[in-house]
Amino acid sequence: MAASPTEATRPAEPTGPNHGLRIFLIWLPVAVVAELLIWLVLGPHLPPGNLTDQAHSQQFDILMLFVLAAPVMIFVLTFFGYSLVAFRQREGDDEDGPPIHGHTGIQATWITGTAVIVLFLAAFGTYELAWPGMAGAGAGEGPSAIWTPKGGTPLQIQVIGQQWRFTYRYPQYGGFETTALYLPVDQPVQFNVTSLDVIHSFWAYQLGVKADANPGVNNIAFVTAKNTGKFVVRCNELCGLWHGAMTNGGTVVSQAAFQAWATKTEAQLASVTAQLPPYSLVYDPTVIPEINKAMAKAGIAGANGYYYPPNDPAQP
Amino acid sequence: MSLPARVVTLLVAFLAVAAGAAFLVVHYFLASPSTVAFGSGVMPNTGATVHVVMQEDPQNTVSTHPDWVSYFIQDPKTGQWQHTTIFSVPAGSKIDMTIYGYDGCTPLRNPYFGYVTGTIGGYANVDGKPTKSINSWSGCNVGHTFSIPSINLNIPMATPSLTANLCGTSPCTSGPHRTLTFSFMTPRKAGTYFWQCRVPCGGGFVDGFGGPMQTLGFMTGNMEVVS
Repeated sequence: MAASPTEATRPAEPTGPNHGLRIFLIWLPVAVVAELLIWLVLGPHLPPGNLTDQAHSQQFDILMLFVLAAPVMIFVLTFFGYSLVAFRQREGDDEDGPPIHGHTGIQATWITGTAVIVLFLAAFGTYELAWPGMAGAGAGEGPSAIWTPKGGTPLQIQVIGQQWRFTYRYPQYGGFETTALYLPVDQPVQFNVTSLDVIHSFWAYQLGVKADANPGVNNIAFVTAKNTGKFVVRCNELCGLWHGAMTNGGTVVSQAAFQAWATKTEAQLASVTAQLPPYSLVYDPTVIPEINKAMAKAGIAGANGYYYPPNDPAQP
Repeated sequence: MSLPARVVTLLVAFLAVAAGAAFLVVHYFLASPSTVAFGSGVMPNTGATVHVVMQEDPQNTVSTHPDWVSYFIQDPKTGQWQHTTIFSVPAGSKIDMTIYGYDGCTPLRNPYFGYVTGTIGGYANVDGKPTKSINSWSGCNVGHTFSIPSINLNIPMATPSLTANLCGTSPCTSGPHRTLTFSFMTPRKAGTYFWQCRVPCGGGFVDGFGGPMQTLGFMTGNMEVVS
């Protein structure tokens, strides 16, 4: 039986080595070695470290992204390198390349593979937003926390941002305020983050905590330290001339050491605490009742309890 | 126009534009207040004592912003007041600082900063009287602060009486004022340590924290520690 015209005119499929198999055989061992190196060597050193459950969880997230991305990246590079060698134009070869038809199997595999990876990352990311301990992953959750840690009452620490310094109040210890930040190990901590002026962002890098400090808003973030050690706090929201210098250190100490420090500091700062406004989740420092009395005494009127008259401060 | 004339014209025009750009960069972007050097000849890290004298005024009549509050620093060599907020001191030295407070009160945004920290002994002398904190809200007794966050130094500046007739020409040499003295150690590590006022005294700006609060030479500056 004679061949149909269509079959007769279709050019023969190119013959030669199985490039797909070759690429796979190059890719597979490189990917396996890379995965082992990433998991065993790079993983423990990924940021933000292992100081808290939240930091450890974020470290795991970044490791997971590395582990998933590495084979894909290696495949792309392998294909790129193989193509440079195997598919380059030889000298004197002026022919067109072979016509290529779509390959249903490859396309289906590619679409399925990438879809699985993306959907997995969406589910994984959503889950990790709450984890560890269903406590919000160290992120600011707003004034009404969606996720809260289970078991025990968290230690409350208020973070107050102001140009250009963070201060910290401890309401369970008389509400004293200090520029030093101490946390106990193995105890959930609830940060109540707010600001007295512009928007700041409380970023305790090694704790894995980052929460915006907005004036008039309480932004809650949880953390549980699993090791003792030091950490750095930075402002992560451009907040004026000395934003870059708005940084300080903090320390995670044993529970006994924290108790001793907090009790001692509460007593030391009692007279200062008495001058502070009562502990509150937010403050409105533009209205200071006492200033009216002082200004009236000086014969100055017009500020109505504010720092400056209602039309002032104005935009420059 | 001949070719040489065209070339010359083009060259002159190019140089004029380049000179204008350079002037803008130097005059506006790279301009910085001068630095007053203290402790010349003092060996760093020996704990030697260096005297620094400053004043804060309700205005600044020697600048283009006469309504901005401002600090001044007294040059130790000439005794003249300099309109700058940048000074250098030796590392590892004891600084005996005197600040004359000529400005009136404005309550602190956070009264915590009425608390003296970082000084030797944990206090400052207000007109010779040791003081550990000043309540800026109840009596409106704080005009400004002198704060170096990186060494946890914070000094609230006491103010003259609310009804006092404040000095009106800067730098102030007379008029009601308070005298603050305190001592602190400079870090052993050389570097730039910024300092600031914490009172929102930039009237007319958002949150009172613009203008003089964010401009070197007025209410914020640098302590250059040299070794």
